[in-house]
Amino acid sequence: MRRSLCSPPPCGEGSGVGVEERSTTVPHRHDPPPRPSPSRNRVYTGFGPSTEGSKSATADFDWGEGEDAIASALPVLKPFRLRSSGCHSPSSPFTARHGVLLLVAFMLSICTGEAHAGPGVPSILATIIKWTPLLAQGFALNIAMSFLAMAIGTIFGLVLGLGLIAVTPPVRAASWLITQFFRNAPWLVLLFYCILLMPFEVRVGGIIVPLPGWAKSTAGLALPVMANVAELVRGAVQSIPSGQWEAAEALAFTRLQTLRLVILPQCVKRMTPPWMNLYAIVVVGTPLASIVGVNEAMTLTGDVLSSEGRPELLVPMYLYLLTWFFIYCYPIARATVALERRFQVP
Amino acid sequence: MTPTLHWTPELPLIRMRDVRKKFGATTVINGISIDVMKGEVICIIGPSGAGKSTLLRCINALVPIDSGSILVEGHEVNDPKLDKLKLRRKVGMVFQQYNLFPHRTALANIMMAPLHVLRRNRVEVEAEARALMRKVRLDGKEDSYPGELSGGQQQRVAIARSLAMQPAAMLFDEVTAALDPETVKEVLVTIRELAEEGMTCVIVTHEMGFAREIADQIYFTDRGVVVEHGPPAEFFTNCRDERTRQFLSQIL
Repeated sequence: MRRSLCSPPPCGEGSGVGVEERSTTVPHRHDPPPRPSPSRNRVYTGFGPSTEGSKSATADFDWGEGEDAIASALPVLKPFRLRSSGCHSPSSPFTARHGVLLLVAFMLSICTGEAHAGPGVPSILATIIKWTPLLAQGFALNIAMSFLAMAIGTIFGLVLGLGLIAVTPPVRAASWLITQFFRNAPWLVLLFYCILLMPFEVRVGGIIVPLPGWAKSTAGLALPVMANVAELVRGAVQSIPSGQWEAAEALAFTRLQTLRLVILPQCVKRMTPPWMNLYAIVVVGTPLASIVGVNEAMTLTGDVLSSEGRPELLVPMYLYLLTWFFIYCYPIARATVALERRFQVP
Repeated sequence: MTPTLHWTPELPLIRMRDVRKKFGATTVINGISIDVMKGEVICIIGPSGAGKSTLLRCINALVPIDSGSILVEGHEVNDPKLDKLKLRRKVGMVFQQYNLFPHRTALANIMMAPLHVLRRNRVEVEAEARALMRKVRLDGKEDSYPGELSGGQQQRVAIARSLAMQPAAMLFDEVTAALDPETVKEVLVTIRELAEEGMTCVIVTHEMGFAREIADQIYFTDRGVVVEHGPPAEFFTNCRDERTRQFLSQIL
């Protein structure tokens, strides 16, 4: 029983493809030898509906292999069925279908834009290519901001998350308040707070350190990241079976040792996919900084549009920018799904 | 840990007196007194919900007791000033669900506590851990992760992990309950070998045959009290209490 739990679930993945593959091999595998016990076979087919669809699964069943074979041959007994295509994971905001849609929309917008364009102006594609280096600079700032916000937010979030599971009630209560506030406050509001409340420069010792808008925006983005990471930590720690705590306690580990040696290492695995997901969300959240005047890709696109003064550019340009974000985030989303599948808790 | 009485090997290693424990309104342990001498093997049997597992957890202070007294080597477990870590170094525990650390190999599982709790030298600890793996007949599986081992193998690693702390007594909490019948035997053999070496064992079990064979004393508990106890030969052949007889007739 235990073994079947540990082995990768054979029926969960690839039930669509796998079953079909198997059904082709069934005839020559099973035709020559007579079934060892036809009566048992009849009992078995009673489990599932005896339609064409379930035939391959039943026919594939090999009586010699015992429990494992039952587990792999009976996907129909699950009360639900997971999609196996991979890109439809509910935790992934980006899928390949979105990419295709985006590309089609981009092409269409260029075509309609050209149709609306006046005589004697350079083509839309040429204009877009002309401005690409500038947009790339802005996009680099977006990436830098997302990296920094994620790094700062994660560090503080880990501390806050440990506060959420602290033994001392006041620490726990304070951490809970902070987490709830920053998790539920709108990102834009936090961004405005940071921009307006933080000084434009700080004096550290004798040196004046300027605080440009992008740095303040990064801080603003780091706050919700912190709260979300804290929740990730709390959730991951609570998802570890209590037996692990008990075993560590019985071995005379202190609470800190238990966390450091037993609980948190197991949490890293569980936290990585949602953490990567959070990063993708932070990346697409960075254009919020355009509202407070940071020169990132979104702001620059607006600037380009106003300097060109050609309304037919509007839709293609923004779609172009969207494509950049998609190209950046899509691999992350795919990796998240892949990791999730690999780390699936049996 | 302050000794509340001077302990000598003639005195019980574990001495429980009128132990009581409630979870909310439910009384789980209602006045249990048991003595375990050094080198003795005690089996606690009884129906589910009789408080057997809770009693074991009380001995190494995983569960605090409400009233009564538990002395381990003369140290009061029910003392708020008790150094729980010191107590737990003396009493090893093996769980029904093995509770191995899944992110570490079998060998690392065994080495963790001596390395981090006792802060011992890594080379020594590793040599001992390998010896323990041989003792539970799992040499060759040192680098396997718990997920790659069968239930019986995991349970034997768990036993080795507890032994690595060189405890004075071992608590076994239904260690074979989650195993399939074939692997039960290999775990029981390991425990029997331990008992033969003179390890003090408190065993909660449903394996009557095993209990009969290994135990020096058998305690039958029901609804939080010890209904009857005695050496196995006597206990299984002529038990006096009606409740015990009923339980045994259902099980044997």
